Amino acid sequence: MNDFAYYKATDIDGAVNAAAGPKNNYIGGGTNLIDLWKYDLAHPEKLVDLNGIDELKEITELPDGGLRLGALVTNNATAYHPIVQERYPLLSRTILAGATPQIRNAATNGGNLLQRTRCYYFYDSSSPCNKRVPGSGCPAREGHNRLHAILGYSDACIATMPSDMCVALAALEAVVRVKGPEGERCIPFIEFHRLPGEQPEKDNTLREDELILSVDLPARGFAGHHTYLKLRDRHSYAFALVSVAMGYELDGEGNISVARIALGGVAHKPWRVPAAEELLVGKSPTEDQFARAAEAILEGASGFEHNTFKIDLAHRAILRAGAMAHDPSTQRPGAKPSL
Amino acid sequence: MSQPTLPHTQAEIGRPRRRIVGVQKVTGQATYAAEYTPDDLLYGYVVNATITRGTITGIDERAAREIEGVVEIIHHLRRPKLGYFDMQYSDIDAPPGSPFRPFYDAEIQFAEQPIALVVAETFEAARYAASLVEVTYDKAPFDVDLHKNLDTARKPKKGIDSILKPMPPDDYGDFDGAYAAASATYEGEVYHRSQHHNPLEMHATITVYEADGKLTIYDKTQGTTNSQIYISGVFGMKMSDVRVIAPFVGGGFGSGLRPQYQLVMSVMAALHLQRNVCVQLDREQMYTFGHRPETLQRLRFGASADGKLTAVSHEAFAETSRFEDYHEAVVNHAGMLYPVENVHLEYKLVPLDRYSPLDMRAPGGLTGVLAVETVMDQLADQLGMDPLAFRLKNYTTTDVSSGKPYSSKELRACYEQAAERFGWDQRKPTGKHPQRGNRLVGHGMASGIWDAIMLPAKATARLTTEGKLLIQCALNDCGQGAYTVMSQIAADELGLPFEDVTFEYADSKLDASPVQGGSFTTGVVGSAVKAACFALKDKIFHLAQILDGFPLGDALLPDVTFTGGEIVLNADPSVRIPFTDIIAFNKGKALEVSKTNVPNPFKIKKYARNSHAASFVEVEVDAQLGVVYVTRAVTAVAAGRIMNPQTARSQILGGMVWGIGMALREETLLDRQLGKFMNTNLAEYHIPVHADIGELDVIFVEEKDEIINDLGVKGLGEVGTISMAPAIANAIFNATGKVMTQFPVKLGDL
Repeated sequence: MNDFAYYKATDIDGAVNAAAGPKNNYIGGGTNLIDLWKYDLAHPEKLVDLNGIDELKEITELPDGGLRLGALVTNNATAYHPIVQERYPLLSRTILAGATPQIRNAATNGGNLLQRTRCYYFYDSSSPCNKRVPGSGCPAREGHNRLHAILGYSDACIATMPSDMCVALAALEAVVRVKGPEGERCIPFIEFHRLPGEQPEKDNTLREDELILSVDLPARGFAGHHTYLKLRDRHSYAFALVSVAMGYELDGEGNISVARIALGGVAHKPWRVPAAEELLVGKSPTEDQFARAAEAILEGASGFEHNTFKIDLAHRAILRAGAMAHDPSTQRPGAKPSL
Repeated sequence: MSQPTLPHTQAEIGRPRRRIVGVQKVTGQATYAAEYTPDDLLYGYVVNATITRGTITGIDERAAREIEGVVEIIHHLRRPKLGYFDMQYSDIDAPPGSPFRPFYDAEIQFAEQPIALVVAETFEAARYAASLVEVTYDKAPFDVDLHKNLDTARKPKKGIDSILKPMPPDDYGDFDGAYAAASATYEGEVYHRSQHHNPLEMHATITVYEADGKLTIYDKTQGTTNSQIYISGVFGMKMSDVRVIAPFVGGGFGSGLRPQYQLVMSVMAALHLQRNVCVQLDREQMYTFGHRPETLQRLRFGASADGKLTAVSHEAFAETSRFEDYHEAVVNHAGMLYPVENVHLEYKLVPLDRYSPLDMRAPGGLTGVLAVETVMDQLADQLGMDPLAFRLKNYTTTDVSSGKPYSSKELRACYEQAAERFGWDQRKPTGKHPQRGNRLVGHGMASGIWDAIMLPAKATARLTTEGKLLIQCALNDCGQGAYTVMSQIAADELGLPFEDVTFEYADSKLDASPVQGGSFTTGVVGSAVKAACFALKDKIFHLAQILDGFPLGDALLPDVTFTGGEIVLNADPSVRIPFTDIIAFNKGKALEVSKTNVPNPFKIKKYARNSHAASFVEVEVDAQLGVVYVTRAVTAVAAGRIMNPQTARSQILGGMVWGIGMALREETLLDRQLGKFMNTNLAEYHIPVHADIGELDVIFVEEKDEIINDLGVKGLGEVGTISMAPAIANAIFNATGKVMTQFPVKLGDL
């Protein structure tokens, strides 16, 4: 049988020590790991269960006005937390646009960052896949690539990162606090996930045995003007084909003083182009201005047989998100896309 | 003489009743195929091929056999003796050809073909060991591409299934001439990919190896008799040595119409090991057998300036396997719905290296009518006619394609009542509806048609020693409510309260039943139940006539009423004979009658027999983003007598949701290079979810049919599905002016 060892950690250092070794996995909610295991894509020799570490289960306010989201807090508990709802409604909306209530009740914030792509070929153990077996090839390029990348892909891999939550975290400029054998460090969110390049098997920049402790949100939450627009193949329980997390602030004249835009469903990581956001500064939040930003964000985008439509769709989605963000009170949280 | 004193029993037929097994199902008390717990049960897990075509050259079992709990590994080199002739593998829903034979030889004919079964003491051990079975192959080239192989298309071979799925009629009139002369013409293609059934319960079989070597089989099937026939054929067993039981089926949609491979493997392992064996497929394996075939249709329709449809050409090209000619009635419907005189029809198959397709809800009808009804709207648009007016202009009470009048046809009432409920008079021409925020609005409608099929069936009715009624038939039910409706029919026939009727079902030792499919269960099996009950009534009455003292005098059957468990003399309602008196007179023994109901071919053959429906749909389409919302829909159905409005409504609601799936959601993605389906799970195969469903409304139009059967029933399972998908497509056209030719319509298509 597929035997494995099980270690129930009660503190962070104990967990990090127990996880030392290449085939050991942390487990939080397990909503993705168990699937991967069943699909023969993960083969842990030891599971380090984090659910006994209480300090990872807290949401706490930070002295700089930010908010610390413990890695073990569930997605739903985060989305419905009063401070998140009040100060980071973009994050709340985004989480609630993903998965199902059942999954969100089990899935954790740390695990959400680590969920793997939904590329069909990755899950099918009898077809080649560079992410699963480096060097074996990528049938998605010539095959069914509707879910796949239009930006930042490589010859080796055109997979996308499937998370909704991470798109909002990228826009909010969260910081991922991790701890490993070499100690604690902080990773800016946009550097957490990586592009596939020559190493598509690596989804992120976590080092071996590093444990996610928390996701720290900065004080600026864009509660005034924000939206998450998710476009998908059905109105609930489907991964984003294109999604846009947007937040901006307006100055006294009604012009944009700061803007953040991240795209989901289009690349191996949440896609942000800071230079495009800069284009909006000092401009009024009009369709023309968002169109300029959209062009800058999508510069260099190119698609495959089944996903080229996403380039134009992403452009239109950015325009719409700009309008939606202007008056977020018209948006309902929940599964249906609020257009 | 009036009969005011006759005891009054409310008729069961037509009365809304919830399913008699509903509480069991929703409280988890229903036992499904994989949930039985015979002693010492072994578990089998299927190993599927990793190539699409070729030959197995070796199976290395060593690593798998080292796993604790592994009992045996079964495959083509180690298995019980299997039948030699194709006939032995032909179940009653088999298309013409040579049915797939699991573990027969080393040949691989399609992707994910089952090639071995690991049997172990636990499911987990079997599954893990299955992952360690090393198979080597000689790969052969394969081709799964429908579009690239249209030049190989050929007509299907004819088989007995042509009775249920008639081949298109020969061309009639002069299509070319009429098309050239038409004032308005439309030429176009409609295409959809393969789709899978996705029942919630995955296919499973438990075979119990009895002490005497007989088999008791708990199978996921839509026909216990069918599984029994199949297993006795494949293994050369006596029918009486094979008993198949399947009282609960967690969704079928056609996936259980043919015995699937887990059945034969479970039996194979049980016979080989002389043990009890459970084989359950996993969700991915549910995509490794039958499916709705990928189909490309080409249509050319022509109409006169005054809106008469004058010319129809409908050609279809559908996938099938290399070994069977699975076929559907795809192109037959335009000539049945509309009185067009010049018709060219062609239905061809493209054999590919795939598994055979399989009936899936409204097979053929959904595919074909989707094309016909979307093209009808294009013609209406060209003619500047309202789509409903165009259809009414082409209304017919005769099936012109066969020259026969309809046994009944209340489609006009469907159109009228659904149009009124929907508010069709508010419809604006294409692109003229006022926008709602960012959303365009569109209204669309379409017709639906499905065959009302009659077949022979047998049932047994028994008056028990308590004077109650027991009905028996091997019929099983995927959840539509057949058990409830059969009990209602029986209750009315014998005038018993519903609670005094017990229906014994889903066991192949009972009277043989057709599969539950094709929308024919209520009409076919219900007629047999009614016939058996009538025969029982006759038998009871004959005993009553000779009771001591002859209380009924010289009264004949029409002179009495069966009600409340008694025979009441109409002329003198004070004369009542309880059924229990009859039993006592029969020396305390139960009375039993078995009856086969055979439809009268001379009566029904003179008529075209179809159910009809009309759907009216409102969609909203995001003008910039192309997202489609089905905001509301009304479907009106004319399907003869409605036996149970509650379960009937549920069937139509389910059908409407399937229509949304067909129009906007469902497709299985086949990789041409790998030859296999890729989105084989419920996250990536998109069946509609609650958020996809708007407001749904169902109308049953009154329709009296004295031809089809004594119950006047035509069936509901398919017809509610058919009209919905084209109505959605037409509503999208009305909103956007874009013609839908590929289904499902997806984000990015608009």
